[in-house]
Amino acid sequence: MQSVNWTALIVFLLLFAFITWLGFAAARWRRGDLDLLHEWGLGGRRFGTVVTWFLVGGDLYTAYTFVAVPALAFGAGAIAFFAVPYTIVIYPILFLVFPRLWVVCHRHNYITAADFVRGRFGNRWLALAVAVTGLVATMPYIALQLVGIQVVVGALGISGTGLAADLPLIIAFIVLAAFTYSSGLRAPASIAIVKDLLIYVTAFAAVIVIPIQLGGFGRIFAAVPPQKLLLAIPGADTTGQYSAYATLALGSALALFLYPHSITGLLSASSGQAIRRNAAMLPGYSLMLGLLALIGFFAVAAGVQAMPEYAAGFKEFGNNFAVPALLLHSFPDWFVGVAFAAIGIGALVPAAIMSIAAANTYTRNIHREFINRNPTDRQEAQMAKWVSLIVKFGALAFILFVPTQYAIQLQLLGGIWIVQILPAVMLGVYTRWFNDRALLIGWAVGMIAGTAMAIASNLTPTYPLKLGAWTFPGYTALYTVILNLVVAAVLTLVFNAMRAPRAPFDETVATDYSI
Amino acid sequence: MMKAWYLLFLVQFALVLWPPFYNRVEPTWIGVPFFYWYQLLCVVIGAVLTAIVYFATRRRR
Repeated sequence: MQSVNWTALIVFLLLFAFITWLGFAAARWRRGDLDLLHEWGLGGRRFGTVVTWFLVGGDLYTAYTFVAVPALAFGAGAIAFFAVPYTIVIYPILFLVFPRLWVVCHRHNYITAADFVRGRFGNRWLALAVAVTGLVATMPYIALQLVGIQVVVGALGISGTGLAADLPLIIAFIVLAAFTYSSGLRAPASIAIVKDLLIYVTAFAAVIVIPIQLGGFGRIFAAVPPQKLLLAIPGADTTGQYSAYATLALGSALALFLYPHSITGLLSASSGQAIRRNAAMLPGYSLMLGLLALIGFFAVAAGVQAMPEYAAGFKEFGNNFAVPALLLHSFPDWFVGVAFAAIGIGALVPAAIMSIAAANTYTRNIHREFINRNPTDRQEAQMAKWVSLIVKFGALAFILFVPTQYAIQLQLLGGIWIVQILPAVMLGVYTRWFNDRALLIGWAVGMIAGTAMAIASNLTPTYPLKLGAWTFPGYTALYTVILNLVVAAVLTLVFNAMRAPRAPFDETVATDYSI
Repeated sequence: MMKAWYLLFLVQFALVLWPPFYNRVEPTWIGVPFFYWYQLLCVVIGAVLTAIVYFATRRRR
């Protein structure tokens, strides 16, 4: 590996020190009683449109995204651009569904999706299914954020053996754990503002400066191998990459806002209208993500993979090293420090929100539901703080002791799992028509089928669905959530025909949903 | 009817979920193949449509 890049490292450390201070200082921002769970875990639901924009943007467009999407473009080409239609179709869904969820959660002090499902359908086991799905989908996601930090630390030239090699990561995580514990959601909300400004500066600098260095977009795209430049034209009896591309976009969009950390971010907004405004403003991040995906092609055109100084990095991190290598190659050292800090801090923001979301979910939907039914407000908030620590160190241990590839595969499975709560949560916001036990069975069928299909396709996201002579390769999450919905709908009709009793209790009333 | 405005959302789905429509190089724009600049343009169109729906369906106070 190359020697330590001191200028970049110092800039990086200064920015890191600043956000550490900010994370602790955030406890006093819009001050609330942090011994209440909705204050610690939702920032008191007081974030206006602009803070929500930074918070949700920083939450959803993670460091891993900023490394992995260009890396996929670098390695696989056009298919990586599915991230763009994905982040286009997501916003109508956000606009239509989630302001309603915000209102009903606000009226009933629900903190998690499972809280809502418990109140709406009155079935604690369905709520448990929603909670557990959220937890298992979130854990590998937190672990993946660490991959982003590892890559930039390696690119700064810091290397070692044994414990020393992992020390920067461990320090970053202790800092993260400490300020999350003390400030709750206010910490990532305030840090997100700094991080996003850094990311925007980096992205726009990269998209303007590097093409000039490389002689224009025409030359860049001419350097991309033709078979990677566009989606492959499908063969005779398959929809090929076309259906893979469209279903990846749609399925990912349906899944994203079901993750606990997405819902935590949205529920911390100050009103349903703030969420609606964000549906029109968050595409700013999509635009940046699309531009960043192009950076993968810049890396191809710049030929960084063939340069001896980056060989060790590519060997260690694979295609994920493409972006750091390109930044090192194209920018002065001080700006490399800014860019790497953007990626590193960009990992801490979502990791903090994810751990808070997991802590809220465990505290509310497992501990309070099944272990201690009547905690005081203070006990509840304290429990969540401890769980957030356990979750983070669990993720850290995972990334230190288990090959990164497992975290990536589990995160892939997590996407297929989380979408299975769609009928209960997203349709639940509109209707209580579905029978609660039918929803639970539909969920179980979706989970099992999704896992089996993912294993059958060697833990890749798309499954070659065969119907007659035709093959439709598509995102497993989308196929299985359709199966889940069909099962839930058919069983609801069957249960209704049998006049089966159902949980009678709906805490919510129709007016709870009007925003 | 206010609800009719929500139909604008269908435009966004239609624009990007049919890849054969945009899976081509020409016409390029400042050297960027159609496939890429078209989808980036759709991000902007989507944001504008969402803003229109927001203002059109906002309840008067």
